[in-house]
Amino acid sequence: MPVMNIIQAVNDALKLEMRRDARVVVLGEDVGKFGGVFRATSGLFEEFGKDRVMDTPLAEAGIIGAAIGMALYGLRPVPEIQFADFIYPAYDQIVNELAKFRYRSGGQYPAPVVIRTPYGGGIRGGHYHSQSPEAYFVHTPGLKVVVPSNPYDAKGLLLSAIRGEDPVIFLEPKRVYRAARGEVPEGDYTVPLGEAKIVRSGSQLTVLTYGAMTHTCLEAAKQSEAAGFDPEIVELRTLLPLDAETVLQSVRKTGRVVIAHEAPKTCGYGAELAALIAERALLSLEAPINRVAGFDTPFPYTLENEYLPSPDRVAAAIKQTATF
Amino acid sequence: MTAQREESTQVLLRELYRQMLLIRRVEEQAAKAYAQGKIGGFLHLGIGQEPVCVGAISALKPTDYVVGTYREHGHYIAKGGSAKEVMAELYGKATGASKGFGGSMHLFAAERRMMGGYGIVGGHVPLAAGIAFAAKYRGKDDVTLCFFGDGSVPQGAFHEGISIAGLWKLPIVFICENNQYSMGTPLYRTLAVADVTERASGYAVARDRFSGEDVLAVRQHIAAAVERARQTGQPTLVEVITYRFRGHSMSDPGNYRTKDEIEEWKKRDGVALARERLKTEFAVSEDDLVSLEAHIRAEVQEAVRFADESPFPDAEEVWRYVYADPSSDPRKF
Ligand SMILES: Cc1ncc(C[n+]2csc(CCOP(=O)(O)OP(=O)(O)O)c2C)c(N)n1
Ligand SMILES: [Mg+2]
Repeated sequence: MPVMNIIQAVNDALKLEMRRDARVVVLGEDVGKFGGVFRATSGLFEEFGKDRVMDTPLAEAGIIGAAIGMALYGLRPVPEIQFADFIYPAYDQIVNELAKFRYRSGGQYPAPVVIRTPYGGGIRGGHYHSQSPEAYFVHTPGLKVVVPSNPYDAKGLLLSAIRGEDPVIFLEPKRVYRAARGEVPEGDYTVPLGEAKIVRSGSQLTVLTYGAMTHTCLEAAKQSEAAGFDPEIVELRTLLPLDAETVLQSVRKTGRVVIAHEAPKTCGYGAELAALIAERALLSLEAPINRVAGFDTPFPYTLENEYLPSPDRVAAAIKQTATF
Repeated sequence: MTAQREESTQVLLRELYRQMLLIRRVEEQAAKAYAQGKIGGFLHLGIGQEPVCVGAISALKPTDYVVGTYREHGHYIAKGGSAKEVMAELYGKATGASKGFGGSMHLFAAERRMMGGYGIVGGHVPLAAGIAFAAKYRGKDDVTLCFFGDGSVPQGAFHEGISIAGLWKLPIVFICENNQYSMGTPLYRTLAVADVTERASGYAVARDRFSGEDVLAVRQHIAAAVERARQTGQPTLVEVITYRFRGHSMSDPGNYRTKDEIEEWKKRDGVALARERLKTEFAVSEDDLVSLEAHIRAEVQEAVRFADESPFPDAEEVWRYVYADPSSDPRKF
């Protein structure tokens, strides 16, 4: 099996699906001739031509709005927003138009647009190349929100997303775009949306996480293991719809929970997870739910290592929760 | 030209040349520091475009406002900022222009009315109109210069900002630094009408379009627009044709442009042109220029030393500027 990084896996998925399905088109800033700033769309323009791989003007609302129209007419657009930080100019199109289309047309018009965008910190990118905006989108019924952490899942989830009937925000963990490498099957396979994965099984407490933080948590688990703790790590992979069963099963087994994400803590996705656990597994809990998150500040330039949850911070939370 | 005018033009051009060269040397040094890992994230150099910011800002009073893009090291220096403040900010140090909170794309100097760089393409255009409105509202004759790239032109916020400025007759000059590429995509593939100033008529703003290698010409054109804004409150949409000699950012190998194209543009380098003119038209001696250049080199070396030796912001500082009111400190909740 070929070994790929996440960018190559995304690229592979796009090529595969564009060969298979003529309805699939790609559009965005610099995605065509240039091949995307992270090279995720490299080679597509050459293979599929300018009618299927479109360099757009720098206009996010225009990109997403146009993609919606294409989808209404039966195409399968996969627009790229160059960095998740630049998705906000398109926020109105996503929240007011895209997410509600099926619903407000009484089911007549699905809008299967898959918006790919790199998210997250850890590349010293400062305010506008680092943010994790997932909470804005999971708060929007009608959207699905997917966050892979590795090449295998990236390809399989992206293929599922494109083949689905609903709009998807597909957040790609850019910090580990190249660093996370792994075996990826050639050809077709899918990873279904809405299924979490236990990436480390353990007995003592549950760590809930997703995206690039999965790697941070795995590193933290090594430290914790050396210190005699045994965490279970559940990688959510899809935030909406959430695989609540896998989450709750793990929590019922361990009775202790740490939640880790990069985005600010207040009303971050961890708040939803904590509420879910409080509603459905409260009596299993033996310790308070412990959230490790980015600070409630804008994303800082110099102090990003303070801001971002590090393996040390996650390991400290594991210890605190395990010994409560 | 009278002897006196010639004398003052010489002094002016010498000063503008000094600024342009300082900016260039600061950015060349920044590129080195980036390669050494001393500067993080994204670094966008304006090398090749110096005459635009230097010429334009020289047409302002110190009390006028400047709103830049993320390619704004030059604008910051032209608005009176020092090489030290820029370099320290790029290094992320507490002594930098924005105390290490902004980095390359966010250079602010409130006391000099340098209203920063902006990382969101086009997002700053409406807020620049708001600054111009506030000047008018307060009965001041301050003018706002709003710089942006050709990439801003298709962006919705650009049109919303200029529309408001035209409607309310705000004292503002919109300056498109058209370097013919937005990132790796050439202008002709992103704009159906290549002449950016064509947009002016739809919003009742004046227009001007010219080539940007002659710093004195840039100054003259912008001075006319600034005076129009100051006297009559009519905004102007200006397009300056220019070129960046380097990649979009440090991580851009830039292979969407040919070597020939770049070399062709380098022949029109505004910094070299200014130097040549100082010698041939204004009889400035080579010795004089060499000593000016030595000063600049020393200034840049001093800026590097300053940045190197300055401290990073304290970890506690990460919370400091979120809210004015300490009772809103997020840590309390
Ligand atoms: C809203 C938004 N979308 C995308 C980007 C990513 N991006 C940064 S600069 C750039 C190109 C801008 O080109 P232009 O406005 O011509 O300025 P130049 O870089 O040429 O100075 C792009 C696409 C961004 N910063 N903001
Ligand atoms: Mg440009």
